[in-house]
Amino acid sequence: MTSLRGIIPAATVVGFILAFWTLAVIPMNAHLAADMAARGDIVVTPVAPRDRQDLSGITLAAKNPAVIAMTYTLDRPRLPSPHQVAAEMYDTIFTKAPTSRRSLVYHAWVTLSATLLGFVIGTTLGVLLAVGIVYNRTMDKSVMPWAITSQTIPILALAPMIIVMLGSIGIQGLLPKSVISAYLSFFPVVVGMVKGLRSPDAMQLDLLRTYNANRPQGFWKLRLPASMPYLFASLKIGISAALVGAIVGELPTGARAGFGARMLVGDQYGQPMVTWAALFGAAITAALLVGILSMIERRALRRMGMGGAA
Amino acid sequence: MTTDPVITARNLDLTFQTNDGPVHALKDVSLEINKGDFVSFIGPSGCGKTTFLRCIAGLETPTAGEITVNGMTPDEARRARAYGYVFQAAGLYPWRTIGGNIRLPLEIMGFSKAEQAQRVDRVLELVDLNGFERKFPWQLSGGMQQRASIARALAFDADILLMDEPFGALDEIVRDHLNEQLLKLWARTEKTIGFVTHSIPEAVYLSTKIVVMSPRPGRISDVIESPLTKDRPLDIRDSAEFIEIAHRVRDGLRAGHVDD
Repeated sequence: MTSLRGIIPAATVVGFILAFWTLAVIPMNAHLAADMAARGDIVVTPVAPRDRQDLSGITLAAKNPAVIAMTYTLDRPRLPSPHQVAAEMYDTIFTKAPTSRRSLVYHAWVTLSATLLGFVIGTTLGVLLAVGIVYNRTMDKSVMPWAITSQTIPILALAPMIIVMLGSIGIQGLLPKSVISAYLSFFPVVVGMVKGLRSPDAMQLDLLRTYNANRPQGFWKLRLPASMPYLFASLKIGISAALVGAIVGELPTGARAGFGARMLVGDQYGQPMVTWAALFGAAITAALLVGILSMIERRALRRMGMGGAA
Repeated sequence: MTTDPVITARNLDLTFQTNDGPVHALKDVSLEINKGDFVSFIGPSGCGKTTFLRCIAGLETPTAGEITVNGMTPDEARRARAYGYVFQAAGLYPWRTIGGNIRLPLEIMGFSKAEQAQRVDRVLELVDLNGFERKFPWQLSGGMQQRASIARALAFDADILLMDEPFGALDEIVRDHLNEQLLKLWARTEKTIGFVTHSIPEAVYLSTKIVVMSPRPGRISDVIESPLTKDRPLDIRDSAEFIEIAHRVRDGLRAGHVDD
């Protein structure tokens, strides 16, 4: 089984990350834990809080082995431990109704809906632009440089402007976030589709000329099917970009729902577990989206007889 | 066999403008190809044999001279779908089955579904690929793929078949087999065939007329009417007659090389 063999290296990497993370919790939270222990009548060395500030987390933990266990159970740790994040995720995913504001599923759906709408808009726009670029010399010369320029503007600078401007003409909620998603996801689609639509070689084009095929026939029968492997590769990049776009769209406006909102809330109210759970939620969502697209890709290309080509 | 010329070229000249200056690809090429002829074009690379074939097909436009195909300009003939073209690579669409690939020209030319199915069956039988209609190209060997591409060129019943080194990328055993099949196919369909090749035995074995070309500028250095009969078993290649023609072709090729 190739899938099983693929799991072992991936699991090894995850294992190392988890181990590093678990170890990092001790020095990161040592000061907080020592302060708490001192308040709870446990003798901590050095006794004076000021003196403790001068020590590194590692030294402090080494001097006070009793504190080490406490670094994993703080309510408001600087770095939550993996099991705390896992507990928070379990709690907010499985024990809360998905319609509740306290459910991570609810917030995932808010972000996901904006992501998917933006992805559809961005993909459609990207494909249309690519067709224009391939078939029209003027568009080839004019659109591509602007498409590239558009991606050099930091989205963090642009997102608030888009939200505010759309808000001022009465567009709020899902659509402004989707616009940012679309803005990020159209670009890989344009680049991939232009390459894909141009992938047929001179011989293939000559062959169609000998049939006296017209332009639409050349598009539907040759260029479009030939571009499919390129399109799928672009879609996978595009959908993760769209998710990032939706989250970025939630950050600057104090959105009340979505992964972005959860990250802000966790940050502002000193609940790092909430922030981390939202982060992992977003990562899992992205992995699922890309995974679903990979599955569709495999099926579609296999049906097209190009199973091995991609 | 009738002898009306199907393809007539008179004083054909073609110069490509490239970044390294003009390249004289064809110079003063005149040739008549009669209906039912099997004409091979042989010569070293750069002798313009492929360019000449592309001129016949209307894929290149000569800078001077005159060329007619079925009494029309090549471009008109192209639009009238007067010929099928076979390239060096099979160039089958990987996303279409063998049947789907053969249907491609038929779809473009607007044949009915029933007609398409019937024609696909017929040409698959012609190239001996019955039963492979639903296979994808990657499931076929190189030789079978090239046969499928010949079937694709035959599907719409053009009278002329233009073949640009169709077997050039195949090994010799497969090539012999396909040559034999091609002769049978030519006998059955009575098409006029233009065939570009690098191989002297291939040219002599297949052709009724061998056009020897030489490079810089590309021109015709000899035209040999083959005295061999139309019925040619593979071992005809050991006959004295065959060897004599092969000699003449080789001499023509050598003469062309002395010039540069």
